[in-house]
Amino acid sequence: MCLAIPGQIVSIDTSGTLRMGRVDFGGVIQEICLEYTPEIAVGDYAIVHVGFAIAKLDLDRANEILATIDQLPLG
Amino acid sequence: MSLQDWSCGVPKSNSETITLSHGSGGRLSAKLIEEVFFKHYLSPELSARNDSAVLDWSSDGRVAMSTDAFVIQPLEFPGGDIGSLSVYGTVNDLAVQGAKPIALSIAWILEEGFPLSQLSQLACSIGKAAAECSVRIVAGDTKVVERGRGHGCYITTTGIGKVPKGLDLGPSQIKAGDCILLSGSIGDHGMAIMSQRTGLVFEPILKSDCSPLHTMAKDLIENIPGLRVMRDPTRGGIAATLNELASSSRLCFQIDEARVPVRAQVKSACELLGLDPWIVANEGKLIAIVAPESLQAALQILRNHPLGSQACCIGQVTQEYRSRVIARTAYGTQRIVPMPEGELLPRIC
Amino acid sequence: MQATDFGNPNHVALLVQQIRAKTTRPWTIMEVCGGQTHAILRYGIDQLLPDSIRIVHGPGCPVCVTPIETIDQAIQIASTPGVIFCTFGDMLRVPGSDGDLMQAKSRGADVRIIHSPMEAYQLALAESNQTGSNRQVVLFAIGFETTAPATAMAIRMAKEKNLDCFSALVCHVLVPPALEAIFSDENHGIDGLLAAGHVCTITGYHSYDAICNRFGIPIAITGFEPVDLLRGIWNVVEQLESQPRNDRVVNVYEHIATIQGNAHAQQTVDEVFALCDQTWRGIGILPQSGLKLKEKYALYDAQKRFSIRSDRSTEASPCRAADVLRGKIRPVECPAFGSLCNPGNPLGAPMVSNEGACAAYYLYQSIKEDKSQDLEVDR
Repeated sequence: MCLAIPGQIVSIDTSGTLRMGRVDFGGVIQEICLEYTPEIAVGDYAIVHVGFAIAKLDLDRANEILATIDQLPLG
Repeated sequence: MSLQDWSCGVPKSNSETITLSHGSGGRLSAKLIEEVFFKHYLSPELSARNDSAVLDWSSDGRVAMSTDAFVIQPLEFPGGDIGSLSVYGTVNDLAVQGAKPIALSIAWILEEGFPLSQLSQLACSIGKAAAECSVRIVAGDTKVVERGRGHGCYITTTGIGKVPKGLDLGPSQIKAGDCILLSGSIGDHGMAIMSQRTGLVFEPILKSDCSPLHTMAKDLIENIPGLRVMRDPTRGGIAATLNELASSSRLCFQIDEARVPVRAQVKSACELLGLDPWIVANEGKLIAIVAPESLQAALQILRNHPLGSQACCIGQVTQEYRSRVIARTAYGTQRIVPMPEGELLPRIC
Repeated sequence: MQATDFGNPNHVALLVQQIRAKTTRPWTIMEVCGGQTHAILRYGIDQLLPDSIRIVHGPGCPVCVTPIETIDQAIQIASTPGVIFCTFGDMLRVPGSDGDLMQAKSRGADVRIIHSPMEAYQLALAESNQTGSNRQVVLFAIGFETTAPATAMAIRMAKEKNLDCFSALVCHVLVPPALEAIFSDENHGIDGLLAAGHVCTITGYHSYDAICNRFGIPIAITGFEPVDLLRGIWNVVEQLESQPRNDRVVNVYEHIATIQGNAHAQQTVDEVFALCDQTWRGIGILPQSGLKLKEKYALYDAQKRFSIRSDRSTEASPCRAADVLRGKIRPVECPAFGSLCNPGNPLGAPMVSNEGACAAYYLYQSIKEDKSQDLEVDR
């Protein structure tokens, strides 16, 4: 269901009613609502669904997962 | 006149607009033709002002003819506008059939209230594009529809070209073992347009690939005896074009997905909108099917062309499944690539 | 720039090897999310798995489970003069009992494709600032737990700004009740479950413990990239093969989803919505499986604002979407699949959305399935 993809926070704007941010999806910039991710900061990666950041991507954890796979025995 | 000399000039008044009288066939129509259209794309045939253009045809080759209607919104987009697109579109349809484009007709449907300055810009863009493709605009028509009954302007172009004697390109020439070449990255046009409609911002700006393919096609025709068929994958993307070829040749088109060039930005935008770049439109890409022994030479020719630096072989024709396009993924799995259905609808699921 | 690459072919190969090494018996694993269905077929993950692992697809496509009555209501509201009807592109071609939203648009309805519920809210805001306009903006609010917070925010904002011209046709549905319904059927035949990572990103995954314990089904909270999916399958197979069995809920989407979920999103959803019984297309009424607007937001309920006829809606006949949505048959086993029913002419909702199991099968039909069919017949 729920197409949600990671993008990097470029800037955050708290001047309006809602906390908004510009998010960079590989060279495509979109204005995203950050109201549900108050902890997120510029430079972080957010998981975005229908115009809302719904979670912060834990990059360290992601890289750990991939490193663990690299260690798996072959055959 | 060289392309550098081409100047669109400043319109006399920015506020002048198209009225119903401009399409009436009377004095205002004549004024429009002379002051806007003739200014930007005059030819001996047009200046003869006959009801039809009469062309010298001292050739023993055959005639190729193609027609295309352009309704694109927005009328101007990064990398082009409806004017240049309407020339390239028909030129490309002729060129990939192996024809040397010779002459075009231009039919405008204008909406009452359309700014004359914008019309002049588009006519200028048509003139420039026609010069670039070495085609003459030899016939034309202008109609004006009431305000609210058109989207600013629509253009229909029809073109004719000469097909060299003995040249026989077509899906029936395709054989198992042939190589499938693509001249560059896919989806640029469709996503550039989509960005204008959906408010996606591309940084840097993504331009439409809207460009003429006649010289690239000519280079292949003249140098590659093993050339079977060429196509320009426009609406429906490469998925539609490959399916058409697979279906008419009754062969299997096996594509290595990883070899199909897709710009990172186009890929990201497609992910955001839930679209597949394979079904997104192109307006300046060429697919060529060549015999295996012609592969290297054909690739070289494409890559030497200014529009083909990213050209690559994306797959092979086989007999494995009849009339199918098969994509091989980076994981060694395969899937059927179907003919795209209907309009591109962004999705959230 | 991609932050991380969860699609590296080497990683995929390594994971497939672990799964192959672990698998000693046939297992049927259900993924519950349409996005996962789509990805599995898109990348051919099913072809990489040992033959003894069968993947079936659950009811996790909001497009597919939105009841036909709601589609009919949407078309009615959209066709009301003065209404701007905002919908995700996904819903445009879902067949109601007489046509779809695309056809309504062709007959003059002002149907707009949006990508976020906030666009509908913004549109309403613009309308309200326009003097003399008495147009109504209606949001077609569909989707699972992942999408509901976005709808909730649009409605909360509309109330804050007293936007009289905004309302929503709400059809949000919840995953756990649907899973309970599926597993309550004794003959469900499902051994393990991949739970939808993005739903859990919002809700957390406490509630999945109960399902795991009650039905004896190991569950992996799973993402959508090839590496995510294979890690989910690997985990479930490991749990299934372990002696003695110790079924539990394991989060293999741990770089994104957390056990408590997104508290801020949950709070806004709770503020705006209450639980309700909900009809699922192809499945029937499931208690407490949907969201409705709370009384204080009732003003924004499009069902109340527009007088809607309640004709009985009828389903197309040979379609076996219900069995597909319950994981009882795979799309290719439906008699209408591919011939009578295809994405150009969908009989059932799962053929409409790209993530609907039937459309995903049609789009990315694996070669295995194709071999069993008559290749001479061009669809």
